[in-house]
Amino acid sequence: MISIGLDIGSVAAKGIMLDSSRQYSVMIPTGWSPRDAGRQLINRLLDSSGYNEVEVDSITVTGYGRIAIKQAARSVTEIRCHARGVAEICPGVSTIIDIGGQDSKVIHIDESGRVLDFAMNDKCAAGTGKFLQVMANALEIDVSELGEAEDLNTKVSINSMCTVFAESEIVGLFARGTPKGGIIAGLHQSVGKRVGSMAKRLGVKEQVAFTGGVAQNQGIRRALEQELGCRIIVPEVCQFTGALGAALIGRE
Amino acid sequence: MSNHTVEDFAIIRQVNVMRIKESKEQGQKVVGIYCTYCPQELILAAGAIPVGLCGTSEAPIALAEETLPRNLCPLIKSSYGFAAGDTCPFFHFSDLVIGETTCDGKKKMFELMQEIKPVYVMQLPHVHQNENSFNLWVEELRSLRTWLEKNLDTTITDEGLWKAIDEINQETAAAKAICDINQMNPPPISGLDLLTITWSRSFNSNKAEVIEMLKGVREEYINNTVTDNIGRPRVLLTGCPVGLGSEKVVRLIEEAGGSMVAMENCSGYKTLELQTERNQDDPIVALARKYLQIPCSCMTPNPYRMELLERMIEDFRVDAVIDLTWQACHTYNIEAHDVGRLVKSKNIPFLHLESDYSNSDLESLKVRIEALLEMVEK
Repeated sequence: MISIGLDIGSVAAKGIMLDSSRQYSVMIPTGWSPRDAGRQLINRLLDSSGYNEVEVDSITVTGYGRIAIKQAARSVTEIRCHARGVAEICPGVSTIIDIGGQDSKVIHIDESGRVLDFAMNDKCAAGTGKFLQVMANALEIDVSELGEAEDLNTKVSINSMCTVFAESEIVGLFARGTPKGGIIAGLHQSVGKRVGSMAKRLGVKEQVAFTGGVAQNQGIRRALEQELGCRIIVPEVCQFTGALGAALIGRE
Repeated sequence: MSNHTVEDFAIIRQVNVMRIKESKEQGQKVVGIYCTYCPQELILAAGAIPVGLCGTSEAPIALAEETLPRNLCPLIKSSYGFAAGDTCPFFHFSDLVIGETTCDGKKKMFELMQEIKPVYVMQLPHVHQNENSFNLWVEELRSLRTWLEKNLDTTITDEGLWKAIDEINQETAAAKAICDINQMNPPPISGLDLLTITWSRSFNSNKAEVIEMLKGVREEYINNTVTDNIGRPRVLLTGCPVGLGSEKVVRLIEEAGGSMVAMENCSGYKTLELQTERNQDDPIVALARKYLQIPCSCMTPNPYRMELLERMIEDFRVDAVIDLTWQACHTYNIEAHDVGRLVKSKNIPFLHLESDYSNSDLESLKVRIEALLEMVEK
């Protein structure tokens, strides 16, 4: 049984292929066409595994771009896929916090990876990867370096939740000579508070796993741990849990 | 009994605009209403035409926002926008309008609406089970009666009121009977048809005809074999009022493979169990008793809504509950917490949505609704 799971996010597209013994994974930028990204993922997975497309038994797609390739594949929501993927790699997790490019969500799961309850952020970009991307641009630093660059000793508080207002707020702080590291620590705390309050609203049951592209940022993880008062696990493949869940659901 | 289909309900508004225009030309008066708390019986007994007014479309909101704050419930903005732009034919033909103090947004909006038409704002108490509230509400209905008599230059008799009470009781029973057939599995009526029927009926002022139509369409559904809705998760929608124009969540539920079997909201089931008792001497007291029971979130506390929901979950064999709050509707928004607690205690998946009339959040609503239905499937 060969199963492919694709997670077409707003920023990154992730693909996982499972055969009877091995797992192949690919990640590319989604770009402007989710359909092309999906096609590319499939081709790359076929290339690296050496399988022919006709040998693939199931393709399951999730993420915001799933609609674009619905015809070719089965579509499942990212909520169910993350739940299934995390249950596979982190047994014992009851709460998942996922922060992606354009949304953040909190999911309660049981040991089999069944979704028990979930919450998602509202329309705006506050508490998402997009928020951090805009702030990183304003600070002229790559978004992947934010985690390393924070300085808790000079941390300031960023009060605006709105991405546009927060951007002007940090431009103001910059003008006053506040060091970058302190501003970054403030931004991390702001995302931690925003997502943390959503998690508390739903209820936080340990253990807690943190997934999505933003989970790579250790500053956000620390801020979330502080906000929730518990340790948070970040799976090594934190960006792939959705794609893995999709591949597993396809196989089942 | 004559046969009726959902299409007859879909065209009610068109047909009734023409009828109302003709009736007005013959000297009949029209009274526009916004809310299920408004006792239509008084209007009928005054020999006037009661008609529901528009407030479920996004179209007039931009105009309303020239006056009203953006961060206000879309229903209030839509209602005001239709009035201010004169784009709701029913408002246009209304001689009088009746509003009520259900929420802060509405009561202040009605102050502005008074510059356009004569509006009577009923002071609705917000505590159900309290004698002072009840007495206040009785007095409010008496004042409304006097106001209607004066402005319509007529007399509202007790006899006329009892006759109107019978009519509305029958209409309510007929509306309940059609909703109740969706307790069957599979449900005979799709969510959109259910909404079309229950919402559109308020635009037909000929109560005898509406009752006949409701009975006819019920027969039609009962006699037809259902092939569409088999095996779909059965969803109960509760929360803020929904009508055609603001039905996006109903559409999304059905597009995602669910079946909206019942609606606990104003145009739906919320008021359908309530009948005006005939064992009173005074019809005003009887009416006050019925209307004050309506389980709107503006009441505190609001236990009957929870009882009703609990019963509906059983009766309609509900697999999942969606609670829809329109943006800035604080009372429904806060009450969603209680609703969630009730639904989850029954181990039924629950989803609270906060939205407005725009289509800007369709994708994010869709993923939430699909995820909710996935929780049922497994």
